[in-house]
Amino acid sequence: MTNVTVLNEKEQSGRVTQEVLLNLGPQHPSTHGVLRLILEMEGEIVSRVDPFIGYLHRGTEKLAENFTYTQIFPLTDRLDYLCPPSNNLAFALAVEKLLGIEAPERAQYIRVMTVELARISGHLLIVGALPMDLGAMTTLLYTMREREMVMDLMEMICGARMHTSYCRVGGVREDLPEGFPERVREFCRILPKRFADYERLVARNRVFLKRTKGIGVISAEDAIDLGLSGPNLRASGVDWDMRRDNPYEIYDRLDFNVIVRENGDCYDRWICRIDEMRESVRIIEQCMDAMPDGRFMIDMPTVAFPVDKDVLRCSMETHIHHFELSAFGFKVPAGEAYVSIEAPKGELGFYIISDGSEKPYRMKVRAPSFVNLQALMGCATNMNYLADVIAMLGSLDPVIAEVDK
Amino acid sequence: MGGPNLRERIEHRFGGRVRDGGLPDGMQTFLVDPDLVVELCQFFKDDPELRFDFLSDICGVDYYPEEDRFEVVYHLYSIAFRWRVRIKCRSGDPPKVPSVVGVWRTANWHEREIYDMYGIVFEDHPDLRRIYMWDEFEGYPMRKDFPVRGYKDAYNPFGDEKTAAAPSDTGGGER
Repeated sequence: MTNVTVLNEKEQSGRVTQEVLLNLGPQHPSTHGVLRLILEMEGEIVSRVDPFIGYLHRGTEKLAENFTYTQIFPLTDRLDYLCPPSNNLAFALAVEKLLGIEAPERAQYIRVMTVELARISGHLLIVGALPMDLGAMTTLLYTMREREMVMDLMEMICGARMHTSYCRVGGVREDLPEGFPERVREFCRILPKRFADYERLVARNRVFLKRTKGIGVISAEDAIDLGLSGPNLRASGVDWDMRRDNPYEIYDRLDFNVIVRENGDCYDRWICRIDEMRESVRIIEQCMDAMPDGRFMIDMPTVAFPVDKDVLRCSMETHIHHFELSAFGFKVPAGEAYVSIEAPKGELGFYIISDGSEKPYRMKVRAPSFVNLQALMGCATNMNYLADVIAMLGSLDPVIAEVDK
Repeated sequence: MGGPNLRERIEHRFGGRVRDGGLPDGMQTFLVDPDLVVELCQFFKDDPELRFDFLSDICGVDYYPEEDRFEVVYHLYSIAFRWRVRIKCRSGDPPKVPSVVGVWRTANWHEREIYDMYGIVFEDHPDLRRIYMWDEFEGYPMRKDFPVRGYKDAYNPFGDEKTAAAPSDTGGGER
């Protein structure tokens, strides 16, 4: 910091006090990543929060201008690393919009199912991490146990536990393996009981309630003005869920509830996520029931690898396309597209400007955590103490990789 | 998205000062000059038949060899009517665009990021400073003439050598 803050002195009942500048440094167990907060405090009461970000800035957007569209998928994985499949889907949808294509039906069901699994995975972490920040460390270990199950399912699908890169433009990389439907149904059967466990552990605990109920209240108008989205916005009473209101893929065929709560405090944001996970379980079950047979990748040799590898030996054109796809990537017609989805953290958008070549001219990531983190800068009422700042930060659920891109 | 009603209302209110940019991806786009940006955004937000109360994203673009090099793209969304609109604003070098923080508070960090990455100065921004790069960093990384590996310095041994400095890169640090 090159600015020098002059700390105010106050005369209070004969005693002179001075403000304290506290550095909640980038290395801290409660900041959910490398986030630095400079807090101006009078004793325990925080008068100003100034977040410093950029410790995890890796230049995703600059790199994307030099990578082909398929090469960008691993970059999108690393945006919100708690739920990589949803980042992959958002990017794939944006490129498909530019190309004017649509993935086959089976691929859409598979993608929606993996996104909902990712939603469960992402929410599980914050449902466990917020109580841990406040001192109740047991919940995190329970939710990690369930996250391990999700990661096992991911490993079954695509071989990677975390950075899946499973989506491709035009579909998914490969079909679901044998034995997967049984495993995922077993998972959906177990999970609701575990949610009840978390609520029994912490949701009516007097200390937890005291530290989160009524803390960090954000009104509905403020939430919209701040650009909050996802569970943060719905906990403040704004009824907007992009899966229902601006449907994409096959969400318009699915039946699920949108969780909206009125108070907009830390507790509501936390409970909202548990209820959303229950809805995600229902969505996964519906997807598995309704999943059609068919192609998992679009039949367009100029954009996607052929599904049946034998075709390579039969048709010369397909062979040529395969070579060009691997060596150079596919060209996308000039134009621009902004596509956003309901990621677990909020509205995740990709704005891609194409100049007709195989690399994007400009790729902008609208990261929900980047916008959600602004709510920390004093727009919430009743966020007085340092302890409240920690609760507020946890309930907003920022993932610093997404904040910093 | 919005359809003829949107274009008509803008045409009626602003006449030719706001140009129609077509629907590149199904989203109505408007082109505007920097001096009208705040008025247009305020109109989009306040008009009861438009009600674009949610600013999704502000994006900076650099069309390097072109004359009007920098562009700022606003994506708006109306929660009540469920439609989206895009506003584009071009600016030459050195770029100056009025800030829309007074219209939507969320613009604060978006504009800081664009200043950090492109060097576009937002007038009347309450706190315009770098957000990703450290304060003493020189240059604007997302510009097209800034190399992908960065320039060679104490922190970056693999960067490109800094040749006779590109005019747009001598700048940076605090405003």
